[in-house]
Amino acid sequence: MILKVDKVTKNFGGVTAIKETSFSVAPKEIYGLIGPNGAGKTTMFNIITGNYEASEGEVFFRNETLHGLKPHQIVRRGVARTFQNIRLFKSMSVLDNVLIGFDFQARYSFAESILRLPRFFGEEKRIRAKAMEILKYLGIEKFAEHKATDLSYGQQRKVEIARALATNPELLLLDEPAAGMNPAETKELADLIYKAREDFDLTVLLIEHDMKFVNQLCDRVLVLDYGKSIFEGKPSDAIKDPEVVAAYLGDFIHD
Amino acid sequence: MGFIIKKDQWINLAIVAATLWFIWFAQTHLDEYTVRILNNIAIFIILAVSYNLINGVTGQFSLEPNGFVAIGAYVAALLLLDADAKEYQYDIESPYPWVLALQANFVWALFFAGTFSALLALALSFPVFRVRGDYLAIVTLGFGFIIRILAINNPEITNGSLGLNDIPEFSNLYWTGGVALLAVIAILNIVDSKFGRAMKAIRDDEDAAIAMGVNTFKIKTMAFCTSAFLEGVGGGLLAALLTSISPDLFTFFLTFQLLIIIVLGGLGSTTGAIIGTVLVMGGSEWMRFLDEPMNIFGIVETPAMPGMRMVVFSIILIFVMLFAREGIMGKRELKDLFKKKRGES
Repeated sequence: MILKVDKVTKNFGGVTAIKETSFSVAPKEIYGLIGPNGAGKTTMFNIITGNYEASEGEVFFRNETLHGLKPHQIVRRGVARTFQNIRLFKSMSVLDNVLIGFDFQARYSFAESILRLPRFFGEEKRIRAKAMEILKYLGIEKFAEHKATDLSYGQQRKVEIARALATNPELLLLDEPAAGMNPAETKELADLIYKAREDFDLTVLLIEHDMKFVNQLCDRVLVLDYGKSIFEGKPSDAIKDPEVVAAYLGDFIHD
Repeated sequence: MGFIIKKDQWINLAIVAATLWFIWFAQTHLDEYTVRILNNIAIFIILAVSYNLINGVTGQFSLEPNGFVAIGAYVAALLLLDADAKEYQYDIESPYPWVLALQANFVWALFFAGTFSALLALALSFPVFRVRGDYLAIVTLGFGFIIRILAINNPEITNGSLGLNDIPEFSNLYWTGGVALLAVIAILNIVDSKFGRAMKAIRDDEDAAIAMGVNTFKIKTMAFCTSAFLEGVGGGLLAALLTSISPDLFTFFLTFQLLIIIVLGGLGSTTGAIIGTVLVMGGSEWMRFLDEPMNIFGIVETPAMPGMRMVVFSIILIFVMLFAREGIMGKRELKDLFKKKRGES
């Protein structure tokens, strides 16, 4: 198991956002986290990435606990994420946005950058080539010098994914990647995630409301409702599960 | 592509050579008054580009320059004055023996002025950058006041409100202009590296920067300490230019002036900070006539109004904020202007 969430509970004051939730994700699996609004999905993401500290329980990545690590350290271990609402660096070019993800992998010091020593040029050249490779992979290399915010919504999503791939992740967390996309874009995105899993040896954990997208893509899903896991298994079984249906549509269906 | 890089390098070299020539020309050919103004401009360029690094590039609103400039000025002055000169002028309290013992040549004095400021900045970073928000502005504002009060109330070290006088006048345009040139090159190199990218990322979206593996605490501390170092050096140059310093020289007004400069030039642009300095420092000399009695078209006679030019400055600043919110350069640098032209033609 590459990711193991072990009996995690998160309280905000008196409110319990997540209650004793456990699940594990296998290497190269595409795992969906679904549930109604306010079920605690994004909170779960924030616990895995270290932005929140779990009130109880622990998260293990490659059998090592992530407890006590700062968010940027967790990224450097190989857990990358995208945001629900696209958050690109708006004053920077597309290429610079992607380069940020490579920066901790560039080995030159502060003094070397001031004095412009050879290692600075070598490393900059290396990460620039890698960044261009990722942009090419996603088919947005022609926008490299454009300002990131000048791109269309779908392309901005791709920049965000490119940026996440730049950190060289093993586990990629996607927070509602298909939100705001039209059906054609959604289809393209699903194909892209599917392909990227093979090409980058990725494990993907994603939050999504678009059930068609989830069905098409996810190997397994976990359904959260009011912070509790109510179902784990194949997405096609999830929509038949009475408890899941009740969580989404309300209890009256059974009355 | 290779050709373009080479062309850029030629342009850079040409700019450096032209600057060096101008420094030499100004120092040897221009009158003392002009050289004095150019010295001021050079020192303020150092202060403005370094202040812009933390405030504009990294986006951490800070009000620190007067504190670090004061520290740099005092450290350099204490190192440059010899024991006799110190003994002679400490009127309030006699100086501590270690104060008398401090001694260094100009290069080391500037280096220690910067290093001492940077170390203090490092100490401030730990409480300030562990939390997010506008704490930096509050802490640095308080820091400036504390430094001034310490300078007044420790006459055994600083000679209190009388300040330090007869500091050897080492600063000339070669020094001020040379250090300014080095500071600008260093800052431009930092901004155009992974460190500068991380700084800009923090300014644009701190959470997203963290999600990219940026160690925001480290990057903010780096920016803050680099600013403090150069501000300390600038303070040292200022002390050796004015030859006498006192706590009143380093009030919040100094920070305010630098804030005007970098906002006018465009927050986040080093080129803008330089342009802003030249406009504000040069302009405030040129606008001196506003403080004097004026005869407007022979119709109205106005009496001398000291401070009138600051009123005009404030009005200009308001207009900049209204019509060019991003300042003169926005976030662009000189090379971006070239790039645009090349793209259009």
